[in-house]
Amino acid sequence: MKKLLIALVFAPFAALVAAPAALGSEAGYRLDHAPIDSKDVVSLQAGARTFANYCMNCHGAQFVRYNRLGDIGLTEAQIKDNLLFAGEKVGDTMKSALSVKDGKAWFGVAPPDLSVIARSRGGDWLYTYLRTFYRDPNTASGWNNAVFPNVGMPHALWTLQGERALEVVSEKEGGHETHEYKWSQISEGRQSATQYDATVRDLVNYLVWMGEPSANARRKIGVVVLYFLGVLFVLAYAMKREFWKDVH
Amino acid sequence: MATPIAAVWNWIDERMPTLGEEYRKHMSEYYAPKNFNFWYYFGAMSMLVLVIQIASGIFLTMNYKPDAALAFGSVEYIMRDVPGGWIIRYIHSTGASMFFIVVYLHMFRALLYGSYKKPRELVWIFGVIIYLCLMAEAFFGYLLPWGQMSYWGAQVIVNLFSSVPFIGPDLSVLIRGDYVVSDATLNRFFALHVIAVPLVLIGLVAAHILALHDVGSNNPDGIEIKKNKDANGRPLDGIPFHPYYTVKDAAGAVIFLAVFSAILFFVPEMGGYFLEYNNFIPADPLKTPPHIAPVWYFTPYYSILRAVPPLFNSQFPGVMAMGLATMILFLLPWLDRDPVKSIRYRGGYFKTALAIFVVTFLILGYLGTEPTNVWGQFGAWMGNADRATVAARVFTVLYFAFFILMPWYTALDKSKPVPDRVTM
Repeated sequence: MKKLLIALVFAPFAALVAAPAALGSEAGYRLDHAPIDSKDVVSLQAGARTFANYCMNCHGAQFVRYNRLGDIGLTEAQIKDNLLFAGEKVGDTMKSALSVKDGKAWFGVAPPDLSVIARSRGGDWLYTYLRTFYRDPNTASGWNNAVFPNVGMPHALWTLQGERALEVVSEKEGGHETHEYKWSQISEGRQSATQYDATVRDLVNYLVWMGEPSANARRKIGVVVLYFLGVLFVLAYAMKREFWKDVH
Repeated sequence: MATPIAAVWNWIDERMPTLGEEYRKHMSEYYAPKNFNFWYYFGAMSMLVLVIQIASGIFLTMNYKPDAALAFGSVEYIMRDVPGGWIIRYIHSTGASMFFIVVYLHMFRALLYGSYKKPRELVWIFGVIIYLCLMAEAFFGYLLPWGQMSYWGAQVIVNLFSSVPFIGPDLSVLIRGDYVVSDATLNRFFALHVIAVPLVLIGLVAAHILALHDVGSNNPDGIEIKKNKDANGRPLDGIPFHPYYTVKDAAGAVIFLAVFSAILFFVPEMGGYFLEYNNFIPADPLKTPPHIAPVWYFTPYYSILRAVPPLFNSQFPGVMAMGLATMILFLLPWLDRDPVKSIRYRGGYFKTALAIFVVTFLILGYLGTEPTNVWGQFGAWMGNADRATVAARVFTVLYFAFFILMPWYTALDKSKPVPDRVTM
């Protein structure tokens, strides 16, 4: 009875651990696993470069200071030479050049700030989203996306990936509809499919890092804290035993 | 010659004997039953979390800005630019959920061992008021990060008050300070979260403990230890709270802090249950999220709210049911008519009812985190009703049945004989 009660009370925690990651794809497109590594400094730096060159024309990261990139191994001089294009200071935050008003006028919706985008979308969503743009003559931008249908954003990395087309074959089978996605290349980009996947991997790695720059430190400190509490428990338990040995 | 510490203590004792008297009354000469088990840790753990929340809250307040234009950014500022800020913030966000976990376990303990029964009715009543205050505290605090879930969660809950007949619309404007959740709402929720409710909470915790120490603690056998005293008037089955339970709770607290830290340092979002993913999107009054779910600790009641169908186009019946689901806890000491306290000596009816109640509470909690179509729909024979909604209705009935039928099943129950002395 006692064991059963304990099991019942702790059952929800098992469910918590098994909870699905982040917001799924609303379109039902299967998300690819993003092979990111928060300790891969080279990848993070490459991602930062892609972010500055391709994303920051429209998106900002207004809570992230340029000099925070020191955490991923960039020196102040490197930040100045490679990432600051319009006279910003290294202590400034990554503001977008595009105003909210212009963004609304051009894309129908202001491009969101990307400081914590990885925390709401999750790495897998971003990794899949940035690799599933396709040409669609029916949208205002001429682009569409398999993960985020009718997204306002055009394919910012299309010169790298090239243009692609998507054909969705839907099949109804006993009430359940299944979709088959057929991709085809319309024009080649500057990168091969493998190279492009690596570029997006680096960019997503960077976005995830930027969402919580203290994440690596957090896990490191966590290990120390748990060891400390382990030792403390041995002492606290020994003290309890000592005091309680005369209680029968 | 007295030691320096004893000398200081004597100096104080001559001038303020109350201090020593209270210390003896509540610590060194408060006799607690010697047979407390696992379930008896969670009262002390609740106090620990209260202290953690107040301490971390003070530091958050130093950097947080209660302004609709700045709030979201100030939280990110704490997470990035304030030295140690992320630790303080995660302590507070993890602490909020841990508070409810320990309080739910503490309340469950009361159900297991009949701790709400005579003579501890007031202890239980203060406890239920603490629980209600804690819900208010959590609700006000959840608006402060000013993310999408903060905003729309508050919008949904405040709108519930507008369903109250006659005064509803005015009442909800009074709560918000505006016609929609806005800067004015954020400011008043901030005031309520950082000072008003915490003050009330601390007072109630004091009342809860004073009431407990007057009647004495219950125990897993549900025996009154004051019935068996030695020649000096000390309970034979009692041991002084200090040092026995202070050292025992200290060891328990280390384990608790290890669980707390494991979450804080390795899974601070707890899979989207402690920190919801949508709340990393700044509040947008013009964009309603497709699925609004409260944080996990409110979801059993949220399920009950959604389960009750509207009447005359008004959500008021659901709101009433949700309110009753918490208020009915106050009646528990009088609904239970079995003289036996502990589940160890109770009959099968109560054991079964409690097991069903626990399952009910967990399933309602789960359903509250999901959209109502999570289990798909029934066929035409049920009017294509959502399976989850029908399930929530069944479990809502079971939730209330636990309380409403209690006078009968506890009176009919065949309990076992209760021993005179506690068992270890």
